[in-house]
Amino acid sequence: MKRKDQEKLLQGNEAIVEGALRAGCRFFAGYPITPATEISEILSTRLPKVDGTFIQMEDEIASMGAVIGASLAGAKSMTATSGPGFSLMQENLGFACIAEVPCVVVNVMRGGPSTGLPTSPSQSDVMQARWGTHGDHPMIVLCPSTIRECYDLTIRAFNLSEKYRNPVILLVDEVIAHMREKITLDGSRPIDIFNRVKPTVPPEWYIPYEDTPTGIPAMADFGEGYRYHVTGLTHDIRGFPTSKPEEIDLFIRRLFRKISQNFADMQIGEFYQTEDAEITVIAYGCVARSAKRAVIDARERGIRAGLLKLNTLWPFMRTQVEKVLHTSDCVIVPEMNMGQVSREVKRVNKGAAKVFTINKVDGTIITPQEIMGKIREVC
Amino acid sequence: MSYRYDIRLSGSGGQGLILMGIILAEAIGLHDGKYVAQTQSYGPEARGGSSKAEVVVSDEEIDYPKAMKLDLLVAMNQKSCDDYSMDLKSEGVLIVDSTFVTQIPLQGAYRIPFTRMAREKFKRDMVANIIALGAISKVTSIVSPKAIESAVLARVPKGTEKLNRDALRMGMRAGQKAKQLMASSAVSLIENEDT
Repeated sequence: MKRKDQEKLLQGNEAIVEGALRAGCRFFAGYPITPATEISEILSTRLPKVDGTFIQMEDEIASMGAVIGASLAGAKSMTATSGPGFSLMQENLGFACIAEVPCVVVNVMRGGPSTGLPTSPSQSDVMQARWGTHGDHPMIVLCPSTIRECYDLTIRAFNLSEKYRNPVILLVDEVIAHMREKITLDGSRPIDIFNRVKPTVPPEWYIPYEDTPTGIPAMADFGEGYRYHVTGLTHDIRGFPTSKPEEIDLFIRRLFRKISQNFADMQIGEFYQTEDAEITVIAYGCVARSAKRAVIDARERGIRAGLLKLNTLWPFMRTQVEKVLHTSDCVIVPEMNMGQVSREVKRVNKGAAKVFTINKVDGTIITPQEIMGKIREVC
Repeated sequence: MSYRYDIRLSGSGGQGLILMGIILAEAIGLHDGKYVAQTQSYGPEARGGSSKAEVVVSDEEIDYPKAMKLDLLVAMNQKSCDDYSMDLKSEGVLIVDSTFVTQIPLQGAYRIPFTRMAREKFKRDMVANIIALGAISKVTSIVSPKAIESAVLARVPKGTEKLNRDALRMGMRAGQKAKQLMASSAVSLIENEDT
């Protein structure tokens, strides 16, 4: 009976809230925007009940600033927005990258550019999520395609951001954010929760941006007695601005190293019937669901089709993509943009397979029939 | 072999279609225990404009979450009936709110004046969606009357339970009646052909 009690019909945005609270999120600052509004709305009542803080800020620039401040003070922090707000967040997102402040940013994509299509689904922020803020920086971007994944990947997003001291973007499309499915919230199932590593040395020995083998320095909460300097300027291991080439090089390379040493830990995806597939579809978000249906239909008609679903968009899942490029004759990348992930697939292809794209930018989801049409065309 | 049952609830913004979709999905998913995926599409307007909610039902995990060929279409205004009736399967069920839908392209549609009933009996257009849910539970077998009643009562605001239960039961009676009428007219059709 107890299990049945926990079974709920949740919207993607609601599952993200549940995941965030389960992961230990205790601070949210944001500005409501369609189609991400439910996340703010629900957290505004849920956070105070767990001694957390919710602030509706004056805009998204300030939202991101507040998130960084709260995280530096030790709270697991997040914000949620859509394209126009995500654009405003880019400046401070860069600050979170250089100052290595863990935080989670949910971007429920709408059609763009600018205010674009507020209520229609899109997947056109894939590149913005990677390169929206200026300068060389690694970025972790996760993308759910089910309500279960909204919950699980939000927890994962917090864990990765705490572990690697890097912002993590949860990139969601409107279909998934507003879709409702059954989910059993498993209060009893053991879930790994990762909390940032804190310094064990006395405050006077603490080196805030020390280069360690993992590349991830221990992080002290502000107000705990560990005094250190946080800046958006490129800094030395003590956190003070530097212009020494050897220190700059060390710093930037460490930022990349801490991520690139651990791709396997952050790259999540699913191979479906790809072992013998002649045609493999590579898809993510809501389109991965259409693609699965198309693959099932194709198999029923005797076409050897398969699906690689990407749950991690950045760092790009090169190993997994290369695998299907080598085993399939053709790869189809359907996406609701003019070709953002397909660009990456083509980059790593090196002639191993023929790469085809389906680009839909009319504010509606790509249907199984459209993918099926392409499968028939190329086979 | 798995089955898939695709439902679209359509009309204009403000008619409560999305809430209807949520309640229907909860009834089928949580109370009747099947797999469901509920999606929606709506314009930027709070009222007016086109609005639709879709519920896909299956006995296994659902891949494509939007409705494809429809097993059930509920049209709460003329435009949605015009736009979507061709998406119905040949054996699909069409239920229209005959308060607003006067031109019906299919012979075998269930015509029930949900909004007029809501207005006359309850003095509130608002409960037309709940009346329609009651009718769905009798006209089709996709959701049980018991499940829909539990789901309605779990979702509606406190203090409105009686109003909504009455509306739902009124819808069930109307649905039952429409179904009987349809069955008898089908019999007469066959008899006419035979003679």
